[in-house]
Amino acid sequence: MSWLNKLLPPKIKRENRAEKSSAVPEGLWSKCPACEAVLYYTDLESNLQVCPKCNHHHAVSARDRLGMLLDAEGRREIGAEVKPVDILKFKDGKRYPDRLVAAQNATGEDDALVVMQGSILTLPAVVASFEFKFIGGSMGSVVGERFVRGVQAAVEAKAPFICVSASGGARMQEGLNSLMQMAKTSAALQLLTDHKLPFISILTDPTMGGVSASFAFLGDVVIGEPGALIGFAGPRVIEQTVRETLPEGFQRSEFLLEKGAIDMIVDRRELKAKVASLISILMKEPAVA
Amino acid sequence: MKQTFLDFEQPIAELENKIEELRFVQDDSVLDISEEISRLQKKSQELTKTLYGKLTPWQISQVARHPQRPYTLDYIKALFADFDELHGDRSFADDPAIVGGIARFNGQSVVVIGHQKGRDTKEKIYRNFGMPRPEGYRKALKLMKLAEKFSLPVITFVDTPGAYPGIGAEERGQSEAIGRNLYEMARLKVPVICTVIGEGGSGGALAIAVGDYVNMLQYSTYSVISPEGCASILWKTAERASDAAEALGITATRLKTLGLVDRVLNEPIGGAHRDHAQMMGSMKRMLQEQLRDLTAKPLEELLKTRFDRLMSYGRFKEDAA
Repeated sequence: MSWLNKLLPPKIKRENRAEKSSAVPEGLWSKCPACEAVLYYTDLESNLQVCPKCNHHHAVSARDRLGMLLDAEGRREIGAEVKPVDILKFKDGKRYPDRLVAAQNATGEDDALVVMQGSILTLPAVVASFEFKFIGGSMGSVVGERFVRGVQAAVEAKAPFICVSASGGARMQEGLNSLMQMAKTSAALQLLTDHKLPFISILTDPTMGGVSASFAFLGDVVIGEPGALIGFAGPRVIEQTVRETLPEGFQRSEFLLEKGAIDMIVDRRELKAKVASLISILMKEPAVA
Repeated sequence: MKQTFLDFEQPIAELENKIEELRFVQDDSVLDISEEISRLQKKSQELTKTLYGKLTPWQISQVARHPQRPYTLDYIKALFADFDELHGDRSFADDPAIVGGIARFNGQSVVVIGHQKGRDTKEKIYRNFGMPRPEGYRKALKLMKLAEKFSLPVITFVDTPGAYPGIGAEERGQSEAIGRNLYEMARLKVPVICTVIGEGGSGGALAIAVGDYVNMLQYSTYSVISPEGCASILWKTAERASDAAEALGITATRLKTLGLVDRVLNEPIGGAHRDHAQMMGSMKRMLQEQLRDLTAKPLEELLKTRFDRLMSYGRFKEDAA
């Protein structure tokens, strides 16, 4: 340790370390985890975080995702006033409130779902988007409530509801309340059915556990992103249970399409146009440009 | 049947062994030791009462999984007449981890559905340890739709470690099967009464546990993840399951306080497995009462109350806009 480090107050030191270990590529260059090509970051960004060499779909944040789907004008966030609480005083190695603060600092979000009302190629829509970096995109009370408020906003606006999932499942730290969010979110879709409004469910890497086993597969149209891991139980759990190695491509979008579990796989770069086309047909609107 | 004792019940087991030995000696003894036997029996009962009076959440999850606990088919046999089991999901297979059918409860036609575990090794394997595959959930939904068509109340018994994490289960859409049930049960146009009788294991339990009444037996558990699973993720070792059980808040009384469960049904002293007949009696009284209450409600009110309750799940704070 240099003399300078010794002089620094502990707070600054910690921030330094966080920067170094950050998984977010903040430099000019980024390496594709699939084909290992070294990519110019702005190229990756302008290609919606899809590797131009191998088409690997990189993870995107909840807000970037909303930016890719919604038109720039007339966006309004829904449910931002809903904030997490520590119901159970949950503590493992870390206290739940500390975990929340760490996740909030790392993502700039205050929970794992961001919902926005706006339009997709001028068609009104409400879009919910998961932030996977927020405690694995896990679904707790705030995710459930924001989801429901999003559905209600869609009903009020007579607009379709779209959800982009990226989640490891239910949030253990909220105990049974998080399990009940599965029932809550699935039930809320009845409101869309009542008003004949489409629910488009987009499953991205990864969509697992309690999110997968609730609203995710209840879409009128269920779309998978290429190569996304989608399933109920995690591959490691299955391997331990059945004591076999899993088949190649197991639980990936392409596998699910073949098994009849999803309607289609859509490349991220075509997603906005595809969603607009789907909702315009279902809503009996004229075709969009 | 010989009583199986759990680890924490060892003091009771020792006493019971002693009683057993004395009984054996009594036959060819000139001394009357029956008084000593009844003294020990009383002591054993007292001990059971004290032990069960302060069970930890982890001990309760052991009781919830007790191999001699009454299972769904035990309740059906004792409380339902003319039970006709209706098999299969009409599409792929019959899943023995979920049983269900039509029957009469106090003369009233009902549909009854529940997870089923096995008693001996052979039956345990046949029932897949009470872990359903998608077919099980789809069979349950088939039965619920039947109930709706004929306006029959649905009674479910929940007792599963969780939905089966297998290759075939994933291939046939485990997620979709569970999600579909959650969606349909939210608006099923008949009264639905759900009771957790043993293990309420995550989504696999919830998939038949959305209803107008959600009850739990005193020593049953209901959890988003098994204590072992939670411990191995958060503590990096399943050994810490008892800490996880504590932290997750999985017991009936805790969940009642949290407002997630309507009714905690008391068990006989020392757990349901010690006295099946008594357990059946109190289950019958509870179901009777709740069925009467729900049948009296207009359908619209029933559905609205169920839906509003579902929407109220979760705790959060709200900032002033």
